Formats: sequence, C-alpha cells, structure tokens
Amino acid sequence: MSLGGDKEISPVPERPDEQQVPKVGVDAWVATHAERTHKGRVQQLIDRVPRPAWYALFGALAAFLPLVTSDGYVIRVGGETLMYMLLALGLNITVGYAGLLDLGYTAFFGIGAFGYAMLSSPKFGIGMDTLLVIPIVVVATALIGFVVALPSRRLIGDYLAIVTLFFLQLFIVVVQNGNKISILGFTRGYDVTGGPNGIPDLREWHIGGIQVASLQGYYWAILILVLLTLTVVYLIDQSRTGRAWKSLREDPLAAELMGIPVNRLKLIAFAFGAGIGGLAGTFFGGLNDAVFASNFDVPTLIIVYAMLILGGAGSIGGVIIGAIVVNVSLEVLRTPEKATWIYYVVIVATLLIKLRPWRVLAVVFGGTIAFGYLVHWIVPMIWPSSDTGQPVIGGWLGSFLDGWMLHPANPQTIGNYMYVVLICAVVGLTLLHGWWRHIAMIPTLYLASFVWDNRLVVEPSITRLILVGVMLIVLMNMRPQGLLGTARVEIA
Amino acid sequence: MNWNLFVTELVAGITHGSVYALIALGYSMVYGILKLLNFAHGDIYMVGAFIGFGIITVFGGPLALHVNVVLMLAIMFIAAMLGGGILGVGIERVAYRRLRSAPRIAPLITALGVSFFLENSAQLVLGAEYQSYNSFSWTNSPIALKGFTLPADARISYAQIIIIGGTIALMVALTWFVQRTQTGKAMRATSFDREAAAMMGIDVDRVIMVTFFIGSALAGAAGVFNCIAYQQVQAYMGFQAGLFAFTAAVVGGIGNLPGAVLGGLLIGLAESFATGYLSSTFQQAIVFAILIAVMLVRPSGLLGKAAVQKV
Repeated sequence: MSLGGDKEISPVPERPDEQQVPKVGVDAWVATHAERTHKGRVQQLIDRVPRPAWYALFGALAAFLPLVTSDGYVIRVGGETLMYMLLALGLNITVGYAGLLDLGYTAFFGIGAFGYAMLSSPKFGIGMDTLLVIPIVVVATALIGFVVALPSRRLIGDYLAIVTLFFLQLFIVVVQNGNKISILGFTRGYDVTGGPNGIPDLREWHIGGIQVASLQGYYWAILILVLLTLTVVYLIDQSRTGRAWKSLREDPLAAELMGIPVNRLKLIAFAFGAGIGGLAGTFFGGLNDAVFASNFDVPTLIIVYAMLILGGAGSIGGVIIGAIVVNVSLEVLRTPEKATWIYYVVIVATLLIKLRPWRVLAVVFGGTIAFGYLVHWIVPMIWPSSDTGQPVIGGWLGSFLDGWMLHPANPQTIGNYMYVVLICAVVGLTLLHGWWRHIAMIPTLYLASFVWDNRLVVEPSITRLILVGVMLIVLMNMRPQGLLGTARVEIA
Repeated sequence: MNWNLFVTELVAGITHGSVYALIALGYSMVYGILKLLNFAHGDIYMVGAFIGFGIITVFGGPLALHVNVVLMLAIMFIAAMLGGGILGVGIERVAYRRLRSAPRIAPLITALGVSFFLENSAQLVLGAEYQSYNSFSWTNSPIALKGFTLPADARISYAQIIIIGGTIALMVALTWFVQRTQTGKAMRATSFDREAAAMMGIDVDRVIMVTFFIGSALAGAAGVFNCIAYQQVQAYMGFQAGLFAFTAAVVGGIGNLPGAVLGGLLIGLAESFATGYLSSTFQQAIVFAILIAVMLVRPSGLLGKAAVQKV
C-alpha cells in the first residue's frame, strides 16, 4: 500500500532519528566504521604508493632546486629549510614517536653547533676534519641527551617538559656567560663559549682537504644528510623499536605490562632525537660564520615545534611538508609585498574552503567587500587624515586596496590600537554561533585586513613569530593531528 | 658576619619571593583543576605590569604625576587585576576549553603558543625596549627610595612594605575565598575529582572560569608589585618570571596553595642570596638546580602529597 508516494507504512512507527542511531547493541563508533574509513578512488590509489617512494620523490624534487636556480638566496633558504627538516625529524622521534614532550630540544641543536664551532674554528686552534667532527659531535650530543633524560625518565608528561625547558634555559645562561668560567671561583676565568659574542670565524665544512665553500655545496650536503637520516628514521619507525615507541606514546602503562622496557626506550628516544639535533647543529655551524646562544633560544624551539605539529607529529611525510611550509612562509613574510599577497590568498582560500553553504560564503565575502567600500567612503569624511597613506604594493591588488582599505598617514599608533581591538574581536567571534558569527565576521575580516596592511606587514620579524604562535593555537584546537597525522581516539 | 648585607638580601628575597608566590598561586590553582601547565601565566603577569604602566602614563607619566600616589596605586591594582583576570578567562575560553579531553601534550603546546603570541603581540604593540615605572620620582612620595633603617643598618623601602603587605592581604583573601565560600568549595571539589564534581551538580565550566580569573588576577597584581620595586617593564619579562614561579609551585607541591607561597618565598630567597653571596650571573642556574634537585628527591614537592597513579 502506498500513500502519496512510494513510502511503505510499517506496522511499528518509525523513529524520526532512526537513520542516525545505530542498532541496539552496536557501538556508535563501530557502526560508523565503514563510513569513517571510506576513501575515494584517488585516495586509494595514493595510499597504494609505498611511503619510501614518496620520500624518494621528495629527494628527487629537492635535488632539482640548485639545477633550476642559481639565486644564492633561494638556495640558502632551501638549505635552511632542509636543516629545519632535519631538526624536526629528530624532534619527531622524541615527541612524535615516543610522546615525550622535549622542550629543551634546541639546546641539543646549540650543543651541536657550539661543538662544531669549538672543534673547527681558530678559537682553540683545532681544525679537525669535518668527517671526524660530525660523529664526535653527534655522539656527544646523544650522550648529553641521555644524561638529561636519565633523571627525567621517572617524570611524567608536564614535569619532563619543564625539566627539559629548564635545561634549555640553563644551556643559554651557561653559554651566554661562558666567557669567564672559573672552577668554583678558584681559577682565573676561562673563555669557553665566547659569551655574548659567540664564536666567530667558523671554518667551512672541509672533508679531506676539500672545502665546502659554495652554497650549492652546502645544499647538497644537507640534502644527503636529510635523506640518510630520513632513511634511518623510516627503518627505525618500521622496526620493533619504532612500534615499541608508539605503544609507549599511546599508553605507557599498557606498554610496560606488555613487557616493553619503557625506561630504556625513553632514554633511547631522547638520545636519538638529541643526536639528530646535534647533527643539524654541525650543519648550522658550517653554514654560518658564527654561533650565538640566542640562535637556539625559545623562538627557534617554537618554530621547530610548529613544523612538527603542522605536518602531524609522528609522520615523516608530515615533517617534510611542515618544514617546507613553515620555513618558506616565514621567509616570504619578510617582504611586505609578498606578505600582503599571502595574506589575501590565505584569507580567500580559507573562506572558500571553510564557509558552507555558498549562501554564507556569498554574504560574508560580498559583505566584507561592501563594508570596506562603505568604510572607505564614510570614515575619511569624519576624519580626513585616515586615508592619506598608500598601500605597500602596486599592481591590481594595490589599486583595489587603495580604494577599499583605509591607509592612515601615520599607521603605527592606530594600528596598535586596532590590533588589540582585533584580538578582542576574534575572541568575541569564537563566542558567537550561527548567523551572528557570519555577520560579525564581516567587520572582523575588514579589521584584520586593516591591521595587516597598516601594521603587521611593516614589522615582519615580529609578525612571523606572532603568526607561529597563532598557528600553534589554531592547529591544536582545530586539527591536533596536523596535516598528515591520523586522528587519535581518546578512550576515557 | 655582615648583618647589613644579610638583612638587605633577606628583605629583597622576601619581596621578590612574594611576587613569585603570587604568580605561583595562579599556576598551582590552574594546575590543580585542569592538570594544565599554563605557560601563558607568566605573560599575564607581564600584561598586568603593562596595564599598571598605562595607568601611570594616563596620570601624567612617572615624572609628572598629577594625582595622589595612593589613589593611583589603588587604581593600578584594580585595573591590573581586572585586566589580567579577563585576559586569563579569555585565554581559557578560546585556547584551552576545547582541549579538556585531548591528549596531555596538546594543551601544553597550545599554552606555549599562547605565551609566544602574547609576548610578541606585546612587543609589537608596546615595543621591545624597557619602559620605566620610575617610582623614584613619584611626586611627594618617592616610595622606592623613602623608607626606614633597621637596627642592622639595612634600609627597607616603602615599595617593599607595600609588596609584602599587599601579598599577605591577597593571600588572606584567597584563603578565605577558597576555604569559606561556596565557589571555593566547588573549586576544591573540582580539583579533587572533576568528573565526580560535575556529577554532584557543580558547574565545572564556571568553576574553571573563576579559577582562571582569580589566578590571572593575582598574576596581574604581581606584575604591578614587581614594577613598583624594580621600576621597569618589558615585553619578555613574563617568560622567566613564569618559569621561576612554576618552579616555586613545583617546589612547594603543585596544586597546593600554601605550598606555592612557601615555594615562592624559597625561590625568592635563594635567588636573592645567590646574587648577594655567590654570583649574579649564575643565579638562574642556581634556581634551576634547586628545581631539579627537588624534582629528583621529592617530585611531589615539599608540601604536596605523593601522587598515586590510578589506572
């Protein structure tokens, strides 16, 4: 029998939410398994490519960079990106695999760099061959990592984080005051680390009398180091040790009950990560002319963490992508023109991806543009000097901004106030829901663009750090597994 | 023995320790309830100090104040405590609330991000240079200079008296609040067992908000206290103070409020005596050494109870 259509009438009245509720006796999580893990054809094909093939592809692409460009700046940025990648690979072992929050990681980076500096600079008159220096430094750093981890292995989570963070602070303090170290005040002060002046005049990498003098040479060297480390890390990841680390990360207690030597594995993970940090440090020493304690302070630590988190902790591919995205964007932000472009491209792309359905997108997008023209028309009438400046860029975006965005003559003060207002507005935005949020987004977007154009692009060195902080907060709240990581199920 | 130096360092240590104790209280309260190491707490202290600085500037700047100093001090404290408290609640709402049930590592990294964000925002808006509170020249009453001399020939300035007295007043108020009020009781219950507290009808979200507000307000007050005594404020001053205060909280036993005060005083005294008698460059190293020693010998802190790990 059918009534007004082809719907069957069942004897038992249907629950309106029948479709959303799993059957009695079936856990919601299990019931939606097929749906959750469903992948499209393309995704399945991509998944079938073995992971080493992706790493090889990355290596091949990276090897092309010095061939397609001879621009020293580009190659230097490329080399630094690879160095950060190496750093993030090491951190990935400690944080990503073993789940130990190591906030002293850049100290190992610094120890590596200072180790290289002491062993191959005029400071102590030692000019060891780099092929000798690297193993010495790496082993020494790994040992120091081992020693730091030794007392910390009993500490759980937060305590480990704080002890390692103090280790980093201790390292910075000792190095910064290391130009007058005396043994318990009895001897004269020896200059070990150069103190605030750092260690200058580092020698280039030199292997058997051959100097690595060109940027290209360094690029190849770091690429080889990265690929070697990547292979080693991948193999360990696939080994018993790698699996044990991950079980340790997921649940140390269960791992211990399964007979996994938890303490020993923690120490190994720490030492291993530290050793890779030291390796990256030797490269830092070779690439730069001098090392200072401030190179290894908290900002560097946070940038490396940002790379790891963005890509997804525990994923080698994530480390590669994270290092490239973070370092290249931080580099591009240095020039105001490119920074302006990046901002508008990212904002428009985010709106396109995040705002659904299209009605919302149209309202927010059109609203923001209309709002901008309205403000640009009204405000100069009340306050004439509000648009006497110029946008930092030319081209069609520049002329659009000239007619859309206010550029006060002296943007610093008003920009500062507006920055504070913007933070309050964004906080307020998170409290709103539904259409109110979409409506409130319009002035907030305009305000953000105003602050960006007038204040943030002219202070690139601070802006990049602010953005790294924002990125960590947003990522952890929105997508804690990063780009390539897998979401973890928390079973309470 | 030189009593002059000893008493001077003792008073300086208690002064400094009071500031640490106030920051440590906030750390300890938040940790007690959320098990979250709020790295941004030190930066709330910095923002509190800058709010105080802003109020001095509004009243004509340190060199040409045109209000009564007592009135200005009162306004500074109220504004810094309110501002710090609101900032703390905002941070909790935006950055931490969604991560309550996330793996432990996620809120820690978020907290690092918040701290980094606040520091650099402060640098962008307020500049990297040191701003001067310059309480030497406050009209009619140069409080950092005026004072009295103890029998041991040590001078104690009014600034130090204000700090120690203010800290004691705030601590008494906090103890009264936590021990005697309904909300305080709810806070203690939540810190004891959050889920059970929720089942007993306690609005856990509200309790956490109140905790953040009070803890951050104390940090804001600490910022003003610190600046009255040391006359300067800078965007990065929060990080190290936060670390030291966290050390204080751990040394006293994290989650334990009297412990936080005791730890703060100990760290302040250690720092002060280390500067006076040993070496001023390595005073930081000495504080870290204390922390590491306490962590190894008695990880639960001096007044804390040993944590039993339940499965």
